[in-house]
Amino acid sequence: MTKTTVCVTGLNAADSPAPGLAVLRSLHESGLGYRHIGISYGVLDAGNYMSGLVSACYLTPYPNTGPDALLSRIAEINKTEKIDVILPTLDSELDNYIKIEAELRYLGIKLLLPLKDSLALRDKPTLAEKIPTDIIKTPDTVRISDVSALRDAADKLGFPLLVKGQYYEAYAAYSPEEAVGWFYKLASQWGVPVIAQNMIAGEEMNVAGLAKRGKLYGAVAMKKLFLTDKGKAWSGVTIRNEKILEMTRRLIQFLNWDGGFELEFIVENKTQEIYLIEMNPRFPAWIYLATAAGINMPAMHVRLALGEHVEPKTEYEVGKVFIRHARDEIVPMAAMESLSTTGMIAHAAPSSPNPFSQREKGRPKTPLPLGEGQGVRVARASVFAQG
Amino acid sequence: MELNKIKNLALSETGFLFDPATGNTFTLNESAVFILKALKNGMQQREIADSLTSEFEVTATQANEDVSDALLQLREAGLVSAGAK
Repeated sequence: MTKTTVCVTGLNAADSPAPGLAVLRSLHESGLGYRHIGISYGVLDAGNYMSGLVSACYLTPYPNTGPDALLSRIAEINKTEKIDVILPTLDSELDNYIKIEAELRYLGIKLLLPLKDSLALRDKPTLAEKIPTDIIKTPDTVRISDVSALRDAADKLGFPLLVKGQYYEAYAAYSPEEAVGWFYKLASQWGVPVIAQNMIAGEEMNVAGLAKRGKLYGAVAMKKLFLTDKGKAWSGVTIRNEKILEMTRRLIQFLNWDGGFELEFIVENKTQEIYLIEMNPRFPAWIYLATAAGINMPAMHVRLALGEHVEPKTEYEVGKVFIRHARDEIVPMAAMESLSTTGMIAHAAPSSPNPFSQREKGRPKTPLPLGEGQGVRVARASVFAQG
Repeated sequence: MELNKIKNLALSETGFLFDPATGNTFTLNESAVFILKALKNGMQQREIADSLTSEFEVTATQANEDVSDALLQLREAGLVSAGAK
């Protein structure tokens, strides 16, 4: 019987890692026996070379090249890999995948994606404007398209306030000058609108979850114990906060959500009121903590995408701690060459069941000969072209 | 006293305390462990002070002060409700 092939995206593992590796690690430990394929955007994404987690990796065009290029590339990969499920893990990919979902289904590839309207509704400022406060409270939020609007917003919100990019990054501003500086930085990087938000002093708590048609199939709450300078969790612990879990259930139902998600809450020190800061439309990079605590949501996600019956799971181990670390992977130049010149790399079958404990085994096998690879040539992928 | 909250606190024999609702951790000294265990068992401040005098070599006045201090610190840490006595 042919193994189910699951394709996972987001294999970058820099200081603010993508969730792909944690998703793959969860799938690997699920015991479901899937074959795992990686889709990445760069030759230097570490996940490309983790032969214990992926059988092969393929480069794909960046999301800003649009849905047609993505569909064409996946159709090409599918000729070799016969993909059953794709599990996207990056915010920026979702629009494209939603647009080509019907075509992918025609190719036999299944996904569990949020509806276009649900995705639009969870957008930072929209969520704050549209969600009823009896479901969830959000900090006062204002869209800013120019500096004069920022001054008006500052008058309304007061200082300190948070200035946020529409996709990523947030900075605290303690004065009008500082706010203007952050506005220009974020507008140039992520475009407008930039978002100004009331800054709430409190403790951050996050929830990773999975839903289908607004029904919650799993949710695990985590308190960040240690943050990077970008505010990302480098260490955290599973917690049980019934109020937050109930808010999660209500929000997901309101959004009629499908797929993985992460909710970022803050519990205000002064009042103990709980506010939703933002919602990410995919699993977080710490999703393996949820798996270790007893709810393997990536595995449930794949099963739901395949149309299987999945029982919701709400019980998990509280007090489970994760501590992230970075390590240097040693990669043969031949492996980079394969990815750079053919757009793909195939790995030998993993010899170790746990790639994190015995990384020395299962090195990439000899790459395909130049020009005869199964992958297509991707011009931007060449590391040798960077001078 | 918010008994449910206190009962959910995970307290080890070494004095390591984990609050599963917030994720916060604390290290307690021997007498604080004694007092928190007593609170988890539903004892009131007066009873705890009496137990302290029989368990440790302290006067009744000192025991009362210790329990009051411990309660104050537990309140400040958000481990017992503000009205706890």
